[in-house]
Amino acid sequence: MTSENLIEISGLNFSYGTRAILKGIDMTMQRGKVIAIMGGSGSGKTTLLRLIGGVIEPTSGYVKFAGQVVHELERDALFKLRRKMGMLFQFGALFTDLSVFDNVAFQMREHTNLPESMIRDLVLMKLHAVGLRGAHHLMPNQLSGGMARRVALARSIALDPMLIMYDEPFTGLDPISLSVIGNLIRRLTDALGMTSIVVTHDVQESLKIVDYVYFIADGVIAAEGTPHEVRKSVAPFVHQFVHGEEDGPVPFHYPAQSYQKDLNLENTRA
Amino acid sequence: MPKRIVSGIQNIGHRVIESVWRLGVASRFFMLVLFKSGTSVRRFNLVIRELYFTGVLSLIIIVVSGLFVGMVLGLQGYETLQKYGSESAVGTLVALSLVRELGPVVAALLFASRAGSAITAEIGLMKATEQLSAMSMMAVDPVARVVAPRFWSGVISMPLLAAIFSVMGVFGGYLVTVVFIGVDEGSFWSQMQDSVDFRFDIMNGFIKSCYFGVAVTAIAVFEGYDAPPTAEGVSGATTRTVVTSSLAILGLDFILTAFMFRGVS
Repeated sequence: MTSENLIEISGLNFSYGTRAILKGIDMTMQRGKVIAIMGGSGSGKTTLLRLIGGVIEPTSGYVKFAGQVVHELERDALFKLRRKMGMLFQFGALFTDLSVFDNVAFQMREHTNLPESMIRDLVLMKLHAVGLRGAHHLMPNQLSGGMARRVALARSIALDPMLIMYDEPFTGLDPISLSVIGNLIRRLTDALGMTSIVVTHDVQESLKIVDYVYFIADGVIAAEGTPHEVRKSVAPFVHQFVHGEEDGPVPFHYPAQSYQKDLNLENTRA
Repeated sequence: MPKRIVSGIQNIGHRVIESVWRLGVASRFFMLVLFKSGTSVRRFNLVIRELYFTGVLSLIIIVVSGLFVGMVLGLQGYETLQKYGSESAVGTLVALSLVRELGPVVAALLFASRAGSAITAEIGLMKATEQLSAMSMMAVDPVARVVAPRFWSGVISMPLLAAIFSVMGVFGGYLVTVVFIGVDEGSFWSQMQDSVDFRFDIMNGFIKSCYFGVAVTAIAVFEGYDAPPTAEGVSGATTRTVVTSSLAILGLDFILTAFMFRGVS
């Protein structure tokens, strides 16, 4: 069982000061799968990614990556572990002072002693995989949003990581770019034998490509299942989320005192 | 009334504690940058790249300002000195003012607004667009890879820029007084040579500009790294870099001058 799971999360709690963000999360993520983490804005999805990457430490509980408890690692060991992880940031986070080629080559130059000729071949192969070999000489400010995200994807697979985390990869993309990115996530995961975690609220696009879905609401796992189970689910939260209904367990109105009281109508009626 | 006084005092206390706390954070960050400067030494090409942006691209403003400051000094100096019939001492006046004070100080002020603000804005924007987080997730330390090379490039280029500023200023003074007004060339240069001392004047000016280089770039990289990751945050940090480093330059200049020229007549 353990060898099948790349990530095991147990009893994970995290708070900013007194504000609890995650409350007792348990998850397992199998190798070679694409897992989606969904939830409304501010539900703690990105925090979860940061905990997996060891950027922040849990208040209690643990994240185990390939058998190692992430937050217990020393700095050097943590950096070593991060070389096995890739992360795609929401808007790509390409280094603006480097060309597309140098962005993809960045980690190879920082972490390996490969000769420049081999780096060139590898970079072109990675760029070819995302369909942008021809754009290797461009600067990030010459790319469209979708292209920048594909370059960032090529950069995150530069050292063939075991895990890639995608933070809102579909935000702000046109329908074509959206399905290109979606298909790339699936194809690269299968071709490279990686594991992918996709944090998103784009339900329809992600249900097409993922193997398993976790819904997070108010810091706990509200529901989980395969895409098929999720589509059929009658659980009120999942139903509201998947079908984008305005009102439900997640209310339309921010908590407030009664409407009549706010408009001073209570006394005037009589 | 006493309540207002109490809250006023509390307010002052808060501000003092906050600024002392921030100074502590800045000092710790400065130590961290020094501690992580190994990469900059091993891969000196990273520093050379930044030297181009902070040093070479600042040349034009330094050269032009130096020339004009020297020309104005020459004009003003000549106006006053000729009343006493000692216009040949104008070379001494121009050189000493530039090498001791104006060279290091004005060059540092220009450097703070040209290169310091650019460093803050660049690092701040890299933070705001998650480039620093991305680097950290790629197991590359942003302080070692981004901050330290920029810091050292500033420290190296500041004294060189100050020297170029002084040289251009002396040349400007020469142009105005000797070439245009017609002061005797021989006495212009020989009086300058007699009165400018290498150890006291030139070396002290050099040491000053080294201090200014460290102060300006340390402030610039800290403000950039510490900037809130928003457009407002970065613009505020850029402004603070220029204001704080200008004040630091002037304050440091007074302290250094007091130590250096104590007892020298």
